[in-house]
Amino acid sequence: MIVFILCFILFLVGLFGLLTSRNIIKIIIGLSFMEFSVYLFLVLIGYIEGGQAPIVVEGIDIQMIVDPLPQAMVLTAIVIGLATKAMLLSTAIRIYKKFRSFDIRKIRSLKG
Amino acid sequence: MDQSIPIFVIIPLAASFFISMVGGRIRGFGKTLSVLVFLCTLIIALSYLISGNHASMVYKIGGWEPVGNIPIGIYLLLDPFSGFMLIIINTMAFLATLYSVNYMTKYTGEKYFYTLFCIMVAGLNGVVLAGDLFNLYVFLEITVIASYALVAFGTEKEELEASFKYQILGGMATALILFSIGMIYWYTKTLNIADITKMLASSNDRMLIQFCELILIAGFGLKAAIMPFHGWLPDAHSSAPSPISAMLSGVVIKAAGLYVIFRLFFNMFEITWEISVLITAIGTLSMVVGVFLAIGQWDLKRLLAYHSISQMGYVIIGVGMGMMIVATSGNMALASLAITGGLFHLINHAVFKGLLFLNAGAIEYRLGTRDLNQMGGLFEKMPLTSGTSLAASMAISGIPPFNGFFSKLVIIVAAIQAKFYLLAALAVIVSIITLASFMKFQRYAFFNGQAEDYGKDGIREVPFFMSFAMVVMAVLCLALSLLMIPSVRESFLQPAVDALLGNNEYFMNLLNM
Repeated sequence: MIVFILCFILFLVGLFGLLTSRNIIKIIIGLSFMEFSVYLFLVLIGYIEGGQAPIVVEGIDIQMIVDPLPQAMVLTAIVIGLATKAMLLSTAIRIYKKFRSFDIRKIRSLKG
Repeated sequence: MDQSIPIFVIIPLAASFFISMVGGRIRGFGKTLSVLVFLCTLIIALSYLISGNHASMVYKIGGWEPVGNIPIGIYLLLDPFSGFMLIIINTMAFLATLYSVNYMTKYTGEKYFYTLFCIMVAGLNGVVLAGDLFNLYVFLEITVIASYALVAFGTEKEELEASFKYQILGGMATALILFSIGMIYWYTKTLNIADITKMLASSNDRMLIQFCELILIAGFGLKAAIMPFHGWLPDAHSSAPSPISAMLSGVVIKAAGLYVIFRLFFNMFEITWEISVLITAIGTLSMVVGVFLAIGQWDLKRLLAYHSISQMGYVIIGVGMGMMIVATSGNMALASLAITGGLFHLINHAVFKGLLFLNAGAIEYRLGTRDLNQMGGLFEKMPLTSGTSLAASMAISGIPPFNGFFSKLVIIVAAIQAKFYLLAALAVIVSIITLASFMKFQRYAFFNGQAEDYGKDGIREVPFFMSFAMVVMAVLCLALSLLMIPSVRESFLQPAVDALLGNNEYFMNLLNM
């Protein structure tokens, strides 16, 4: 149970960083924390106490295996997360070139 | 026919690959190929509709058959509701690419535009076809990553800021959706929507299911920009290039947001009173607040973007009323009427809001401004733009011969029959305020005063492909009114409503083959 609570705390740390920091790079780091806590949660739900790796080998009798599907899901999700992070960071670079600043208080050309 | 289901995803993806590889070497390769691809997918989607066969069809990727009635592998599922969404997506994509043939010439890197556009449409087609939650999430991400890049396509200050806002909120939505999918998987040990339905039906842990439902509403509500989550929409939709604004407002917020909410809450979860009241309440909120935010805007595309929030509210209250009637096990014919109104408004909004954004793009193309104060007198200079935008304005504010009137009428009649008098009154009031706001648009843009000449050779009508796309959409605005005729409705709209209401058929088809 304690791991789930730690996982939730990690999520809250990410949310706190996202809401309070003014530097867009730090906002992106906060968002990454949130996503990674979700990935950790996905891995945790597949874990079964005392389970073994889900590999079937002849001659070895496996009583209990961990659930392999969340691991496949989390790999896919990490790759997708990589793509979104790459997109976010490249946008951040372009923003810096245009505004000469990472401060969100200075990036306010849209109103209304 | 069921072998042709993956074509909707494969063809646009392959096209995006070829455009990014070859597009730079052959002139006009990107635009030609993407127009042809969307024409092709549109024809396949229409052929499903016209065939009159309204059974749902399943495609099993890799041919993985269910083992002991437990589905393994990835299933794509085409049922009348998905077919209905596919037609909206591919029609709008076809017309928007046709429009971009002329419009995008003022940007550099055209081939990247068509590459991203094809990826976005492939993702959208995948979202409406996906038969399990995780693939739905994957296709959703494909769509939104392409649309993040397309919003920032101009790479000016405004576009980048809007795209950054969109990406942060979209990233939070992604985290919530993935978390909720994880919770559902933990509880049911399956990802297939039909299998989850079966598992949830035999469970009694309401607290956990309700928790998942609320997180899913928050996640997909962020993608659909319904009221408490609407912050990114006006910026993103007004900063993107106009064909992309038309796609985002006309298709993406519907297919990636509302479609998933409707599909999951009708076909996966059991409909409960609390959730249906919540959905109707946020629908009412976005309908009322959206229009009040819209009326004070002077930036044309921003005004249209706020109206998108408001018009989505109509769709949600239509379907939400249907959910409330189903939850109290009331009159099913009435529930069907309310949902028909909602879905009818969904397709109507795709057409007229797409057209309005294309009009805004046409004005921007010639004048180089989106500020209503700097326009005026365009009625004589741009007669086609003016005429089509008049048609769309009348459709959105509900003037009789156009489609918007009929769908609003159905929603209001359903509300009165179901004794939701407050909702009916609010829908009428919001419609009147919409009319006022579009009279302002018409007056300042087309009739009042005279715009200064910006271009070298004055202001004149936009090029052929742009006008053609706009005229086709204006004709569609009128033609969709025909859906009110019972026999046409039976063959087009009613199967989609039945697919939502008759939730048995959806998973029967997936499991027992």
